[in-house]
Amino acid sequence: MKLVLRGARLVDPGQGLDEPKDLLLDAGRVAAVLKPREKVAGAKTIDLSGLVIAPGFIDIHTHLREPGFEYKETIATGAAAAVAGGFTAIACMPNTDPVNDSPSVTEYMLKRASEAGLVHVHPIGAISKGSKGEELAEMASLAESGCRGFSDDGKPVMNADLMRRALEYAKGLDRPIISHCEDLNLTAGGVMNESAVSTELGLPGAPTASEEVMVGRDLILAGYTRSQVHLAHLSTQGSIALMRRAKESGVNATCETCPHYFTLTELEVKQSGYHPHTRVNPPLRGEADREMLIAALKDGTIDAIASDHAPHNLAAKEVEFPAAASGISGLETSLSLSLKLVRDKKITLSRLVELMSMNPARILGIEGGTLKPGSPADLTVMDLDKKWKVSAKNFKSLGRNTPFDGWALIGKAVMVFIQGKQIILE
Amino acid sequence: MKLSVKSLIGLSGLSRSEIEFMLEQSESFKEISYRPIKKVPTLRGKTIINLFIEPSTRTRTSFEIAGKRLSADVINFSASSSSLTKGETLTDTAKNLEAMKPDLLIVRSQAAGVPELLSRTVATPVLNAGDGFHEHPTQGLLDLFTVREHKKKIAGLKLAIVGDIYHSRVARSDIYGFSKLGAEVTVVGPPTMIPSGIEQLGCKVSYHLDPVIPEADVIMMLRIQLERGAGNFLPSTREYSRFYGLNLKRLEQAKKDVLIMHPGPVNRGVELSPEVADSSYSVILDQVENGVAVRMALLYLFCGGADEVSA
Repeated sequence: MKLVLRGARLVDPGQGLDEPKDLLLDAGRVAAVLKPREKVAGAKTIDLSGLVIAPGFIDIHTHLREPGFEYKETIATGAAAAVAGGFTAIACMPNTDPVNDSPSVTEYMLKRASEAGLVHVHPIGAISKGSKGEELAEMASLAESGCRGFSDDGKPVMNADLMRRALEYAKGLDRPIISHCEDLNLTAGGVMNESAVSTELGLPGAPTASEEVMVGRDLILAGYTRSQVHLAHLSTQGSIALMRRAKESGVNATCETCPHYFTLTELEVKQSGYHPHTRVNPPLRGEADREMLIAALKDGTIDAIASDHAPHNLAAKEVEFPAAASGISGLETSLSLSLKLVRDKKITLSRLVELMSMNPARILGIEGGTLKPGSPADLTVMDLDKKWKVSAKNFKSLGRNTPFDGWALIGKAVMVFIQGKQIILE
Repeated sequence: MKLSVKSLIGLSGLSRSEIEFMLEQSESFKEISYRPIKKVPTLRGKTIINLFIEPSTRTRTSFEIAGKRLSADVINFSASSSSLTKGETLTDTAKNLEAMKPDLLIVRSQAAGVPELLSRTVATPVLNAGDGFHEHPTQGLLDLFTVREHKKKIAGLKLAIVGDIYHSRVARSDIYGFSKLGAEVTVVGPPTMIPSGIEQLGCKVSYHLDPVIPEADVIMMLRIQLERGAGNFLPSTREYSRFYGLNLKRLEQAKKDVLIMHPGPVNRGVELSPEVADSSYSVILDQVENGVAVRMALLYLFCGGADEVSA
């Protein structure tokens, strides 16, 4: 059935588009970009005046917890949270129980995702068996079953030789290695950023060096093996400097950061009175880091914004700060926190669409990320002026762990189309 | 004087006049311990819970004695006998204790931030008895009290704190307390044990002990806590002792009226040679004695004792 979306502002950096246009959808695909009010015979019309249409947003870094930790999140609740946050596709990390290191786990995830029937779910397979960092997982079989990339996220690959072989092996599969850059020896039990603030609070600090040493290592290895690497959740100035240099020298590397790193700093730990909702890995960093991340989002050094959606049950958070689980339930706040950058004129809306749709599609090698005719009709529709208040207890996610509860935000997804099917959000 | 805080989390949150007020209050409680019957009815009918989520004997005993001398009912609740190890959350534990209507929670924890987090969770006042590497405010106050007793002042004095500053909540409380009252604080230790940005708390830093000794009016020696994984911080206690230990030879360079302090327990032969620990310069046992007086004053102030007197 033909459907015309009328009156919206279309933002699609893939075709250099940021202007009022109508969009024709047909059979789950984008059929054409139309002039405003251009007539189409036999099409149903939806009026989206005052709204923005972008190619569907893709969150390349989430944890859906199923199988194994269904009390924290399920694929169905995670998918619902994704839709509520304005995403049409998400990639989910393999640190489930069992770890997604075998096709049977991947197939189970895809089956649960298809039962949920909401967003596209792209599993990320493990780099090593059990994510133990000892021997490679069967990456070719995982790719065949539908894994779009490989990562031992949360458990960094400490053995440099294993990382080298993983990068080489994945090259033959045209899939990225997604690296959680952290030297566990340097982290040494640190639970927040190491600085004058951690000294004042008396909490063990994790130095920026524990991230940067591994960023350096992985960029060197990706360059040496001529393989594709994607660096997850970068949080420090030093990481950005290394990333810039690697890109200049032609390394096939991309990276992401998360809304909490460009929105909050380590001072949040102090101001919240050691609230475990401010515990995340990598930890919230300093103000200079935050500013550098925003500059890097603008200048292209950072390729993507990901939520690192890490839902936890409250019992895992209602404990001493160092004993609390790390992570923030981020799917339902990621877009609005990113839109704040647009409102504050730090980045353009078109750049935001690159960071949240176009580039994530390219990094994972999946369809979407554009409104070009023939693309899947996966769309995110936003109201840039909508005022709303974050309410963790109303999250679709089972994870209510967020430092943003109660925040008043402006701008929100109000509707998504997934394969042409319209879902109106509350 | 009305305190600005309901709970005592650290000296960093107190004003100079509040600290001085607490020290003055402590003086009037010291005498009680010299009476033949060491008990006054001040806190009769008050319930105090010693919530110790980290093993401790000295501090707990000191608080317990302080409470009992004021006639409060003091209940010890330690981690080994609590349900914290049975999967109950900290919030649950706090709310359970609060349901029993105590008047004060004294909290000791291995993790920094627990007293503050609890003070935001329950309505009962919380007194921090040491949390992680954060603060140990009653120790800071008893150190101030002891120095003031001997030197008759704090302002203008030079205090050196020597040792494992990184892992020390005592160092942090002393830095705040002494600097707020006008002393000059220098922390001394190998760079591995000097935490990032410590100067911002209000102290100077030296990596060498010898140049600091002749200047100091007070030398606070910290315990080298081998149980806290000194492994990557120090090659050996023998080497530490050679370069940062206080012995009679080093003490020759010190002022004649220098005070040697230590929050205890002392590793004899590591940070302090036995001769120094037992010398006339040492006021280590005065610290322990004054700890009871200071804690009596704080229990009185935070248990609502002061309100009733004025009422």
